[in-house]
Amino acid sequence: MQGSAGLTAYVPLIVMFVLAGGFALFSVTAAPYIGPRRYNRAKLDTYECGIEPSPQPVVGGGRVPVAYYLTAMLFILFDIEMVFLYPFVINIDALGLFGLVEIVLFIGTVAFAYAYVWRRGGLDWT
Amino acid sequence: MNPLPPPGTPGYTQALLADDPIWLTIVKVVVVFALLLVMTLFMIWLERRVVGRMQQRPGPNWNGPFGLLQSLADGLKLAFKEDIRPVLADKAVFFIAPVISTIPAFVAFAVIPLGPEVSIFGHHTALQVADLPVGILVVLACSSVGVYGIVLSGWASGSPYPLLGSLRSAAQVISYELALGLSIIAVVLYAGSLSTADIVSAQQNGWYIWLLPVSFIVFAISMVGETNRAPFDLPEAESELVGGFHTEYSSLKFALFFLAEYVNMVTLSAVATTLFLGGWMAPWPLSLIPGVNSGWLPVVWFISKMFVFLFVYIWLRGTLPRQRYDQFMRLGWKILIPVSLVWIVAVATLRVLRNQYGTISAPVVLMVGAVVLVVAIVVALMLPDRAADDDDAGSEPPVVGTYPVPPLDLTVPTSPPKRRRAVSRGPAPETAAVGSGQKEDA
Repeated sequence: MQGSAGLTAYVPLIVMFVLAGGFALFSVTAAPYIGPRRYNRAKLDTYECGIEPSPQPVVGGGRVPVAYYLTAMLFILFDIEMVFLYPFVINIDALGLFGLVEIVLFIGTVAFAYAYVWRRGGLDWT
Repeated sequence: MNPLPPPGTPGYTQALLADDPIWLTIVKVVVVFALLLVMTLFMIWLERRVVGRMQQRPGPNWNGPFGLLQSLADGLKLAFKEDIRPVLADKAVFFIAPVISTIPAFVAFAVIPLGPEVSIFGHHTALQVADLPVGILVVLACSSVGVYGIVLSGWASGSPYPLLGSLRSAAQVISYELALGLSIIAVVLYAGSLSTADIVSAQQNGWYIWLLPVSFIVFAISMVGETNRAPFDLPEAESELVGGFHTEYSSLKFALFFLAEYVNMVTLSAVATTLFLGGWMAPWPLSLIPGVNSGWLPVVWFISKMFVFLFVYIWLRGTLPRQRYDQFMRLGWKILIPVSLVWIVAVATLRVLRNQYGTISAPVVLMVGAVVLVVAIVVALMLPDRAADDDDAGSEPPVVGTYPVPPLDLTVPTSPPKRRRAVSRGPAPETAAVGSGQKEDA
């Protein structure tokens, strides 16, 4: 069952992808043609509550606060942990006590890193 | 307990769906797509009506019966608005970001089982677009990809508010995705499968909300954080960020973001129903009636359970004020994640011990309790002392001078207080001590 039905099971997802993508692309493309177009320089400026907008880099809106980078790195750490837990819980009955001990050790290791990050203030948002 | 019609064996729905001809697949996809669009329009109307009632006003009641056509009118109006692209925007990314945000929202719903086996035009099939061996992971993957749309839209707008909003949104969604994923793990453990149809059929003897209450609570909280809804709607906090990541968007592009948000809400409510409320199965008193879990009727149960979650979304928005960003991140990282981890260890331990020793006896429960306690204590011991932290923060030099008048010889610290301990500076302590009687902390 897994062999032949394996990949065809994903066909509906592709159909959904195409349908949703077609709808979204159509909306985005059609928007400028359906709506009115009246040129106004101020309208195309960066939105800043009515005052003259402060100067911006040409592309990309400026610098990213470094705290977000830290959050992203921590996310990777825990996401990988999560990814490892999924196969374990699927096979928990086959693995038995051995698997449980191993996974507790694994979670303990990650928990150590977690506690370290917490202690160093990596989880505090300033 | 419930007389369930078809064999509830794992992989049954997968085999059933593998026989679907392509026209049936297309029909199902179109129906689900239309259902999501209609649900979005209906949800916007419902939200405005319910919040209106909560605020002692009628809400939209002019267009159509009970104002039902209000959101349709709003959508059409949006289409006839001018499509503005700011001069500083990155053309290609600004254009594609709403599309990136919309597609995964729809795709994720494809794995949700809406009902059991039915016959459509003489063809036996399950009321589900796709049942994958990795079903529930598709939902997580889609919600991750959806973040790209938000991040790219904020980045491409070339404007400070959208950039901040999109970064907040990214940090928020990935933080709560951890809690979301961890809460699903316990469900997968009991169902023994990642396929959504199997998870539903595993719940015919009892919904997982009773078996795994902690998972359910974590899931319900992170669900709200994941969809950027009040009280966690920080990416579009209008008092701080104007409109958040879609400040610069207008017309149909804005409508797509709106659509994606509501479709995500509907999808996550459906996922919560599937994982914890028994999917399409009838609730308890009704489930005693034979035949109530077969045919087309389960769709009604499914939609009504989904609306319980959708109503809670609206209720939360009508009740709670927006959280502060640091409190919000603290909740995600310092409460939800450790609670989920300890809970997973506890559930896994219980499961393994029950398999090893048959039925659970008192000593086994004690052993489990001991293991959980040890894990919790080890984690708690490694956690920092909150009092020490507060002390640290409170050891700023005391300010001399009475309230309205600041001290005139106020010395500006040369570096942040935390680093000052490590790097000892030469002349600074003397001047501080002489100047205002401030004491450098040792």
